Amino acid sequence: MSTQPLSGTLLDEQVRLSLEELSQFCSAGNEWVVALVNEGILDPLGNSPGDWVFVGSCVSRAHAAQRLEHDLGINLAGVALVLELLDEVDTLRSRIRRHNLDR
Amino acid sequence: MEFQDYYAVMGVERNASQDDIKRSYRKLARKYHPDVSKEPDAEARFKTLGEAYAVLKDPEKRASYDELGANWKSGEDFHRPTDWAAGFEFSGDGRGDGVHAYSELFESLFGQRSGAPHSRSGFQTLGSDHHAKIQVELEDAYRGATRAISLRAPEIDDTGHVTTKDRTLNVRIPKGVRPGQRIRLAGQGSPGLGGGAAGDLYLEIEIQPHRLYTIDDRDVHLTLPLTPWEAVLGTTVKIPTPAGAVDLKIPPDTHNGRKLRLKGRGIPSRPAGDFFVTAELTLPPANTATDKDFYQKMQQDMNYDPRAHIEV
Repeated sequence: MSTQPLSGTLLDEQVRLSLEELSQFCSAGNEWVVALVNEGILDPLGNSPGDWVFVGSCVSRAHAAQRLEHDLGINLAGVALVLELLDEVDTLRSRIRRHNLDR
Repeated sequence: MEFQDYYAVMGVERNASQDDIKRSYRKLARKYHPDVSKEPDAEARFKTLGEAYAVLKDPEKRASYDELGANWKSGEDFHRPTDWAAGFEFSGDGRGDGVHAYSELFESLFGQRSGAPHSRSGFQTLGSDHHAKIQVELEDAYRGATRAISLRAPEIDDTGHVTTKDRTLNVRIPKGVRPGQRIRLAGQGSPGLGGGAAGDLYLEIEIQPHRLYTIDDRDVHLTLPLTPWEAVLGTTVKIPTPAGAVDLKIPPDTHNGRKLRLKGRGIPSRPAGDFFVTAELTLPPANTATDKDFYQKMQQDMNYDPRAHIEV
C-alpha cells in the first residue's frame, strides 16, 4: 500500500488527559468518570475535578470498567473490587513467570 | 452459514425458564468475560454467548428461533426458510449501545441489531469505538515499525442495514511499546450517522513470544548458559540483545541463577526498561576417556563438599 501510515497516540504514562478528555474517550459523561475516581478505580493527579490529570493507561482501565459494568451488570464498587483482584492476579502471574525464569 | 444451537451455547435445556436463562448467562458471562478470563478463546465465546442471550432473553425472538431450531443441529449449513417469522415483529431493546458484529446466522434471522441507530433526517449518532489486538515482534518494540492490519467491522449503511466491511490500515507502531498498551487512532472506528463524529480505534499491543527473550512489562530477560570455568574465573561473553550484540562481563564467582542487569537496555519506553541476564551453569558432559580422567583428577585434587551443611 502506498498510503501514508497512520500514527496514533500511544496511551502511556507521558500522555496527560483532563477529565473532559477522558470522558470523551469513554463516550461517557464527566460524572461517570468522577464516580470512577470516587470509587478508587482511577487515581488522577490534582485536587479537584477541574485540575485532575489522568495518565494514558487510565483509558484502558476506564474502558475495562465500562465493559464490566455493562456486560456483567455489576455496580462500580463491584467493578473496583474486580479490577483490584485482576491486578493482584496479574502481579502473581508475573511473579510465577519470574520464578520459573529463576528456577 | 452454520447453524448455532443457542441453547447449547447457554448450557440450558430447551424448556428452560427465562430466569434459568438469565442465571446461566450471568454465570457464563463472568466466566468468559474477556477482561476477566484467561481462556484463549474467551473473546469468541463471550461474543457467541451475547448473541445467544440476545435471542433467548427476548420472548419474541426466542419463540421464532424455537420454531426453526428443532430442525437444525449445530454446525449444519443453514438457510433461512423463506416463510420464516412472517408473523413476528421484533422490537428493539432500545439500549442503542452501538453496533456489534453478530454472526451471519443472527443477521439472517433478525436482520440488523435491535437498538442500532437508524438514520433519520436531523438525527445524529456518534460512531462507536472499535477495539482490536495487534501482534508485533519484540524487535518492533525496540525500533518502531509499520504494520498493515486487517480489520473486519460491521458498518451501518445509509439505509440502516448492517454490512461487514473489511479494511486494511497501515499503522505506525511507535518505539517503546509494551505488552498491554493501547494505541488510539482517533476517528478510525465506525463512522457516525447523519454527520455525527466517527468513533475511535483502539489497538492493544501484544508482543509475540520470543525464542530467546522473555518480557516482563518493560524489562527483557535472557537466560545465559555458562561453563563452570567461565562462571568461576570470570570472562567476557558476547550476548544478543534485541538492539544488537553487546559484550557482557561475567564477574568471577558467578553462581547459578545470578542476575546481571544492563540498565536501560530493556524496551525503550519512557523511562526505558532493563535487560536482565540470568546465569545458568551447565555441567560439561564427560563423553571421552580424557574428559572422565579430568573429572577424576578434580575428585582427587579438589576439596569440595556441597553437602557440608546437611548433617547426616
